[in-house]
Amino acid sequence: MIEIKNIYKKFGKLEVLNDINLSFKKGECIALIGPNGCGKTTLIKSILGMVIPSKGDILFNKKSILKEFKYREQIGYMPQIGRYPDYMTVGQIIEMIKKIRNSDQVLDEDLVKAFELEKIVDKQMRTLSGGTTQKVSATLAFLFNPEVLILDEPTAGLDPLASEILKEKIIKEKEKGKLILITSHLLSELDDLITQIIYMQDGTVHFHQTIADLLESTNEQKISKAIAKILKNKSNEQNH
Amino acid sequence: MKKLLYIFLFFSSFLHANVIEVGANKPIKSIKIAISLAKIGDTILVHKGVYREGNIVIDKRIVFLGKGYPVLDGQKKYEVLSIKADSVVVQGFKVIKSGYASLEDPCAIKVYNKNHVVIQNNILDDNFFGIYIQNGKNCLIKNNIIVAYGKEEQQIGNGIHCWKSENLQIIANTISGHRDGIYFEFVTNSIIWRNISTNNIRYGLHFMFSNDDAYITNIFKNNGAGVAVMFTKNVKMFNNYFEENWGDGAYGLFLKEITDSHIIGNKFSKNTSGIHMEGTNRIRVEKNVFEANGWAMKIQASCVDNEIVNNNFIGNTFDMGTNGSLVLNKFDTNYWDKYEGYDLDKNGVGDVPYHPLSLFAVLVENNPSAMLLFRSFMITLLDKSEKVLPSITPDNFIDNSPLMHSLPL
Amino acid sequence: MNRIIKIIFLDILKNKIILAYTLILAILSWSSFGLEDNSAKGLLTILNIILFTVPLVSILFATIYLYNSTEFIELLLSQPIKRKKIWLSLFLGLSLAMVLAFFIGAGIPLLINAPDSVGIMMLVIGCLITLVFVALAFLSSILTRDKAKGIGIAIMGWLYFALLFDGLILYLLFQFSDYPIEKAMIVVTAFSPIDLARIQILLHLDVSAMMGYTGAIFKDFFGTSLGLLLSFSLLCLWIIIPFFISLIKFKNKDL
Repeated sequence: MIEIKNIYKKFGKLEVLNDINLSFKKGECIALIGPNGCGKTTLIKSILGMVIPSKGDILFNKKSILKEFKYREQIGYMPQIGRYPDYMTVGQIIEMIKKIRNSDQVLDEDLVKAFELEKIVDKQMRTLSGGTTQKVSATLAFLFNPEVLILDEPTAGLDPLASEILKEKIIKEKEKGKLILITSHLLSELDDLITQIIYMQDGTVHFHQTIADLLESTNEQKISKAIAKILKNKSNEQNH
Repeated sequence: MKKLLYIFLFFSSFLHANVIEVGANKPIKSIKIAISLAKIGDTILVHKGVYREGNIVIDKRIVFLGKGYPVLDGQKKYEVLSIKADSVVVQGFKVIKSGYASLEDPCAIKVYNKNHVVIQNNILDDNFFGIYIQNGKNCLIKNNIIVAYGKEEQQIGNGIHCWKSENLQIIANTISGHRDGIYFEFVTNSIIWRNISTNNIRYGLHFMFSNDDAYITNIFKNNGAGVAVMFTKNVKMFNNYFEENWGDGAYGLFLKEITDSHIIGNKFSKNTSGIHMEGTNRIRVEKNVFEANGWAMKIQASCVDNEIVNNNFIGNTFDMGTNGSLVLNKFDTNYWDKYEGYDLDKNGVGDVPYHPLSLFAVLVENNPSAMLLFRSFMITLLDKSEKVLPSITPDNFIDNSPLMHSLPL
Repeated sequence: MNRIIKIIFLDILKNKIILAYTLILAILSWSSFGLEDNSAKGLLTILNIILFTVPLVSILFATIYLYNSTEFIELLLSQPIKRKKIWLSLFLGLSLAMVLAFFIGAGIPLLINAPDSVGIMMLVIGCLITLVFVALAFLSSILTRDKAKGIGIAIMGWLYFALLFDGLILYLLFQFSDYPIEKAMIVVTAFSPIDLARIQILLHLDVSAMMGYTGAIFKDFFGTSLGLLLSFSLLCLWIIIPFFISLIKFKNKDL
């Protein structure tokens, strides 16, 4: 569904993405992990068209997204830190996005109910806590039943209860055959969600494997340990 | 007995003065023949029609009367009417298309060295010169409408041209489209009253070496260069309107070498310069209104002992302009709308003097292109600082008792 | 597009600064017109507003608003909307609000007190100047990510056009006063939108003075219908070019 071909991105002299090649298909739930500043968010923003790659191409349903915008109708995006106009209320934000999308699709308001957003519709965005803002972001991402969900650190800042609600929602969507892309540095809570894992470092993809392959190749039971093992092996290779 | 004498006199005049009628349906069809038949004191009554008889010379004391505005056509070749007798009356004609020549000045109506001529209620259309009084005395030019369609100064003469004459009365004429509306050269003791002179190519009124004249309640509007009064003493200019005389070198009133004169109760509105003075001495400018002019007054450094009092200066771009730093003229009790002073004792007179000459006016005088920057923020700043601390403008260019309220003029 | 413009427009109308701006313009205009029986003082006040206040407020407010809208722009960018549409909507929404503020604050008193060619000319020019400086604000805010820097650029821009540029012209005028530079000066004015605006208003406000001397040269140029058309086209270019540059930059901007 999404193909990333030889993407490079430089911010000034800093190379953030260096020859990234990836391919995502429907029904996959992919974890994009790596240390801080490895280029995860830049990669996601590239897919969303918010960051324009210096070189390379990204295909969405086999069509280049460069200079395109329509494809974003099929993407729900939850940013790492959701930033909204200060003086708009929760209700206004949701209404505004509805108006902008102007879609006649049936809205998926599961999360509105689950997070009990009705109680805070009249609150201005600047008065909300980080966690509550994330709830709004998550709700907006799922609202239009998108084919692709891109979630940047979705559980960061959420309380355990909300975190659980979101996870359930993600699983539910995955079962509908949607493509879900999650970035995270906390692995444990994602263990039961993901089907594939991408590890990025210094702007390059270290590895891209299905969970099954990963566990098998490393003979580990837990994803975090498997990754640690791979990284250790890699650094050993480099030292020699 | 007396009554009888009057009746006798009345009829006797009829007995002597015949009326000779000229017209297409009359026995006499030619004006020239009528004049040759006429005796002194007769009246020639010309009926409606078009008369193309070349140059018509009136050399007898007659009354020359048009009925229904008969047209005298000069066919662009001839001077139409030449008056060469005293006390001739010309009335009610439409005189058109006089000849054009650069040396002889052919006219619609010209008076040659004669006195007591009356020219009234005529319409003059498309002539080279309109009415020309050459060396005449005690003539009356009244209620004529003089129109021409000049485009260039060299190709058209003046509306009313008077030369070396005295005791003339120029009253209630309307003149447009000539070179100068009214032209006076060596004319003395005369009056110009209630004329309307508009859209002339050069001056509405052009006035030289003509002492002891008065012009009163005239309108001079939209003339190429306004009104010029030059080399003259004792002129009285009262209640005239000077309007919309626009252009480079256009003035409401241009004064050059004028002495001992009075400019009172006039209105100068929308002229590039309201009054421009050069070499002008002992003039009193009083109770005039200067409104929406580019420069209300330009007083060159060659002007001495002029008094500018009790005038209203309203909405002018610049109140004053000058080319020097010497000020030998007096400004007093005028109303300046740009005055920003205060009046603590409430006597209607501002407590601090007003400097009518702004820094920018001096700047523009030295460097006309600076006009481009007028009203820019920077110029406003410069002007304000100059007002507080005069450094470039002459510090005796002041009105010591500026009025707080405009005069009811 | 209309939906986004509407959202931005309504958002700005709720802004207290824009309300204060409108109110201050209205108070200045009405009081200066009410001061004297002729409209000359009022016109002068509004001229100064157009040449001084309108550019400053337009460029500052628009720049700050754009920086404060970074989040909003990001939010919109993740939605299926063209970048061009977002930027254009922001421009139109902001412009509409600023023009409306000028129209209510200064335009209405102008139309009531001076409903002649001067008044209408001032109204049109005031609106154009608003648009020019909103466009310049878009340019200055896209040049840097740093809000403080961006506002600095905006203020410098305003200072340049409102003051420094005229200083430069004055300097040139006196340096080259021996040469016939009037025609060259006409060309130079094209480089400042405030000067273009000022001269067009001058030609109506100080028509008598502009008819004399060198003024006539400017009058012959700017006063003809061709000159008028040219001045207006130049002012429009002053709107289009900065905005267009900012649009290209925005299209390639990483957020």
